[in-house]
Order: sequence, then structure tokens, then C-alpha cells
Amino acid sequence: MLSLGVGDAAVREEVKRFIVDNFLFGDSEGFDENASFLESGVIDSTGILELVTFLEETYQIRVEDEELVPENLGSIDAVTRYLKRKRNGGAA
Amino acid sequence: MGWLDIDPEAETARICLRIREVLARSLKRRGLVVAVSGGVDSAVTLFLCVRAVGKERVVALLMPERHSAEETLELGRLAADACGVRTILEDITGILEAVGCYRRYDEAVRRVLPGYGEGWTSKIVLSGTAESSRFNVFHLVARSPAGEIVRERLPLTAYLEIVAATNFKQRTRKMMEYYHADRLHYAVAGTPNRLEYDQGFFVKNGDGAADVKPIAHLYKTQVYALARHLGVPEEIRRRPPTTDTYSLAQGQDEFYFAVPHEQFDVCLYARNHGIAAERAAREAGLSTEQVERVFRDIEAKREATRYLHMAPLLVEEVPEVRSA
Repeated sequence: MLSLGVGDAAVREEVKRFIVDNFLFGDSEGFDENASFLESGVIDSTGILELVTFLEETYQIRVEDEELVPENLGSIDAVTRYLKRKRNGGAA
Repeated sequence: MGWLDIDPEAETARICLRIREVLARSLKRRGLVVAVSGGVDSAVTLFLCVRAVGKERVVALLMPERHSAEETLELGRLAADACGVRTILEDITGILEAVGCYRRYDEAVRRVLPGYGEGWTSKIVLSGTAESSRFNVFHLVARSPAGEIVRERLPLTAYLEIVAATNFKQRTRKMMEYYHADRLHYAVAGTPNRLEYDQGFFVKNGDGAADVKPIAHLYKTQVYALARHLGVPEEIRRRPPTTDTYSLAQGQDEFYFAVPHEQFDVCLYARNHGIAAERAAREAGLSTEQVERVFRDIEAKREATRYLHMAPLLVEEVPEVRSA
């Protein structure tokens, strides 16, 4: 598992801001940013599609079908690590 | 005894008693309208309604549209004829044309497949939940006039627009059901089975709307048991479950349920009764890992479709208005 560096903190913050703005109408009270999206009920299956669209448009990446797994998209940390791998050009 | 075994005669009697009770005491309506699709669920619902209140008080509505399968109308008529009820044919293609259902659908598909148009057929399919831990996403599968099959993952906007356009079909049918129910002073019988009802496999204010849902508590296996008991024609019992919504034929298990209904029934029953995945796997003929994925999918769908079951939410309760 990759650890997050300083540059990743900004990405993590962007992802978190998208989650809170888009799914919680800006109200982050009670939102556990370390919890799994699906288990915490913040994002459902349509929400995953919204997240994918956000990632593809914001970071100019293509999320492949086989990458649509909780290990890549299941939490803020997972998404941040996934983006790091994608932007480094590695298979995610 | 298997997990899903029922006493068909006792179950029929219980459902019929409940139908008469809700019509007389709660709904205060004189009969029932049933939309018949040619599938086993609507056929069983129709037969139960006839048993409950008599064939003179039941109307079967046949509502094909441009993309309905050829056998839809034929099997719907077969069900109605087998229990002797009146049928009303309402071809809803014209209404769907008028609201732009087909045009809007084609436009949404062209977001991912710019060449889509005349002569093409298509459907949307769900990625296999039992086969991997992937999130549920939909793909468009389209067949060109030359027979070439194209498969594209649906991005958010195209997915939502395709579903919104096809939902016109279920909502138009429900509008016609209530038209006939109103003019006859009848109630509308909904036809979902337990899998569909629990997992939100219906359109809100479309096929999800009804006054009574006589088989919403029955697993699909149990619906088939009742179908045999009630004498639903074999052609209808043999028809694989279909959505009959898209221009390219689409099974329910590729659109919504990740495993065939016999296996899904077992998983859902196990989940509802606290039975471990390992035991359910033996019963369903799946691996423990597959059953665990289906369990997770059951909960994810319950969560995602909770909104479909909700009545309008109020800021404050209005205590003078109570449900029956």
C-alpha cells in the first residue's frame, strides 16, 4: 500500500470537498472521512458513477472497468492512493 | 421441506382473504385492474384476484409498446383467457411517441454511441456482482443494423437519461391502469414479487404504484409454485423473467439481479433469516464468496432504493391524516 505524500494531501482535500459538497450539500457534520463510502451510506451506486465522472473530468484520467472496486474508490484514502498510482502512470 | 416450500392452497386462501378485506374495508373499491405482461408474476396476480373477487370484477389490461417482445401480447391474452376475465388492449406507443420517450432514449444513447439510430437495438446490463467485488455499474449493449454488438460503460449522464426515458413506459402504463380503475371504481393490483419489492426493482410512480400488491411477500420460487397450483398456462411459466423494456431482449438477471432468480431467492431467504453464507452457498450451488457478494449487493440495493418506497416526506407530521 502506498503512503500519502505532501502533494497528495491537496488531492485528498479536493476529493473530500467534492464528497461533502456533492453528496452532503456542504454539511460535513457527522461525516467520518475515514469510513467506507458504501458502509457509511454516503455514496450509493449512482454516487459511484458521479465520483467516477468527477475523477475523470478533474484529473483527466480514464477509470477502467476493472478499476471500479472498493480498493480504488471505496473511501477518500482509497481514491487518493488510486489517483496517485494513475497519475504516476502505473496500472491501478 | 425446502426453505422456500409453501402450501399453495393455504397461501392462495390467505392472499384471497386479504384482497377481499382490503377492497372492502380499506380501499372501498368494487374490483381490480391488473396489468398483464405475459410474465408469471402478473399472471399469478391476475389468477389470485379472480379467485378473490370473481372474474366479473377483474379487468386485465394489455399494454404493449413498440419495443415489447412479440410474445408479450399473446401470453398476456393467454393468461386472461385462462381465467376468463375481460381484456382491454391499450397500445401505449403513441403516448410514448408524444412524450418523446423513444427520441430522448436515442439521444441519451448517442452520448456514448454517436452513430446510434434507425435499425439499431439496445439494452443496458449490470456488471456481474457475484463474479467480482466491482461496484455495480451499467453498460450499454447495442446491436447495429449489420448485427455487430457494441458494449460501452455508461457514464452518469447517459445512464440517468436512459433510465429516465425508459421509465416513461412504466409510468404511462400506470396512468392507463388508474384511468380504467377510476372509471370502473376499481383498485389497481400491483404485481411485484418479493425480490423486486425488496430490492427496489420498480419505477417509483410507475410499476411501483398500486393499491394492493398481493404477491410482494413471495419469493420467485413461491410465485412459480402458486402458478402451478392456480393453473397458469405452462407457456407463461416457462418464459424466462424479462424486463421487456428495451429494444434488445434483456433478462432480469442481466439488468438487475446478479444471479438467476433461483439462486437469488436462496440468498435473499438466507439473508432474511440470519443463515450463514456458507450454508446458503451449499443450498444455492454458489461459492461462499459469491453468496457474500450477493449479501452485500442485497444491502447496497436496499440502501440505494429506499427512496423508491418512501411516501412524500413532510417537514412536520399532519396527524389528522393517517394511513389505513
